[in-house]
Amino acid sequence: MRALVVLLLLICGPARAESIVLGLSAEEVAITVTFDGSELLIFGAVDRDAPPPPEPLEVIVTVSGPLTPVKVRRAARMAGIWVNTAAVEVDAAPSFYAVATSAPLNESLLHVEDLRYSITTPRAIRSVGNTISGAGAFTQALIRIREEAGAYRMDEESVDFEQQTLFRTAVELPANLIEGNYTIRIFLTREGRVIDSLETMIGVQKVGLERWLFNLSREYPPVYGLLALALAVAAGWGASAAFAFLRR
Amino acid sequence: MQLYLPIAEVSVHTLLLLGIGGLVGLLSGMFGVGGGFLITPLLFFAGIPPAVAVATSANQIVASSFSALLAHLRRRNVDFTMGSVLLAGGLAGSALGVVIFNWMRAQGQVDLLVTLCYVVFLGSVGGLMFVESVRALIRSRRAGPPQRRSRHMKVHNLPFRMKFRVSGLYISVIPPLTVGFAVGILAAVMGVGGGFIMVPAMIYLLGMPTKVVIGTSLFQILFVSAFTTMLHATTNQTVDLVLAVLLIVGGVIGAQIGTSLGARMRAEALRVALAVLVLLVCLQLAFGLVLTPSEVYSLDVGEPL
Repeated sequence: MRALVVLLLLICGPARAESIVLGLSAEEVAITVTFDGSELLIFGAVDRDAPPPPEPLEVIVTVSGPLTPVKVRRAARMAGIWVNTAAVEVDAAPSFYAVATSAPLNESLLHVEDLRYSITTPRAIRSVGNTISGAGAFTQALIRIREEAGAYRMDEESVDFEQQTLFRTAVELPANLIEGNYTIRIFLTREGRVIDSLETMIGVQKVGLERWLFNLSREYPPVYGLLALALAVAAGWGASAAFAFLRR
Repeated sequence: MQLYLPIAEVSVHTLLLLGIGGLVGLLSGMFGVGGGFLITPLLFFAGIPPAVAVATSANQIVASSFSALLAHLRRRNVDFTMGSVLLAGGLAGSALGVVIFNWMRAQGQVDLLVTLCYVVFLGSVGGLMFVESVRALIRSRRAGPPQRRSRHMKVHNLPFRMKFRVSGLYISVIPPLTVGFAVGILAAVMGVGGGFIMVPAMIYLLGMPTKVVIGTSLFQILFVSAFTTMLHATTNQTVDLVLAVLLIVGGVIGAQIGTSLGARMRAEALRVALAVLVLLVCLQLAFGLVLTPSEVYSLDVGEPL
């Protein structure tokens, strides 16, 4: 029996010797009326049953929002004015994407491992079947625009990694989040190779008034429209009456 | 304070939205324009998605035009007969306008065409109005009392003549129906109430007195924008109530202040001010078409997978 256990440990030994134990600051993010962005705390520990090899272990954390198709358009000057002349459809791009690492990325991740696990932002965007030459420029533009808007982020060395065991990082979620499941992935790497990875989800949802209004607009559009008109007319009448009263 | 908008799905500062609403309401009360040509670009600037901005501004225009209309009703500045004739033409026109708009969207380039429409119409209406109103202002200064501006044109003698008591006109219904119809088409294509075209058309084509024009155009705008709001809420579901309430609160207050300011100003001076404003918006849009943008790429985000 003991021999069998030893054998099993030997089989999964190199890959399974170090694994991730994860904690999150919240089970879900609630979008209320006064929602102004949020900070997601991701922390955990490396569980190991043998002393680690001398080469340092590194941690990479990615947080990805729901995937949406995006049409990227490019304008060019025609007869003096700017006109959209070309467009490329990106099949799936995350609405939000953040990468946090414990060491500079080029030291902690090999290119082949990035290709395999799709860790960096360009790898997280899926664009297949584009036959237009220079489609890469469109994907780069998508990343550039979203980076400027704070939706795509690369925070190198923002993961605290203490004594090769305890890690923690805070990922800032912007105010204009869209609803859906956000995927959190954690990678342990040594000499650029992924040792272990773990994936979990966190739900981002509208609550209260936000939820009610959103559902009403989708499920009973005529009621929602009439409610909008009634509010507008009531507000218009109320203001008129209030000002008439004040002038008297 | 930041507020998260449930339909637009962005977080925007409350004071910014109140300010935009207030500014547009002020103009609405002063000039009788709905302000759609101004509020939609301002909302883009505040980071609201275009589809939500267009639909929600229609809802805000309902509130501000209703509030301003009530103020004009108290002064008996509304010609209901003329308003109803214009509205009948307007609803038919906007129905056709929606068909044209959808056809343009199917061809792509809808943004460009809408902007070009804005530049052409704001430019020509603003230019004509500016020249005419400056001339009227100079004339009224020299000659003391302003001349009665009841010019009778040949088209007014077409059949189906009607008495428009409040406007002091006895003309054929064909010119106002045509004006309403044409403005309705433009309103639907450009996503505005159409007051900035309606007001000069009523003054220069129908020969209505300026004071009555504003109340009457508000009457027409109220119904056209209510129609538009319902259309957007039921087909695209892009009316954001939280955004609308903020714009409305700012707007109704602005409209009341605007109406009393407008009543104190000379009619000619009012027209010069409106002409300058229309020309400024036109120039801004024209520059946007011609100047090299800082980012030549733009994103059109689809529904989550």
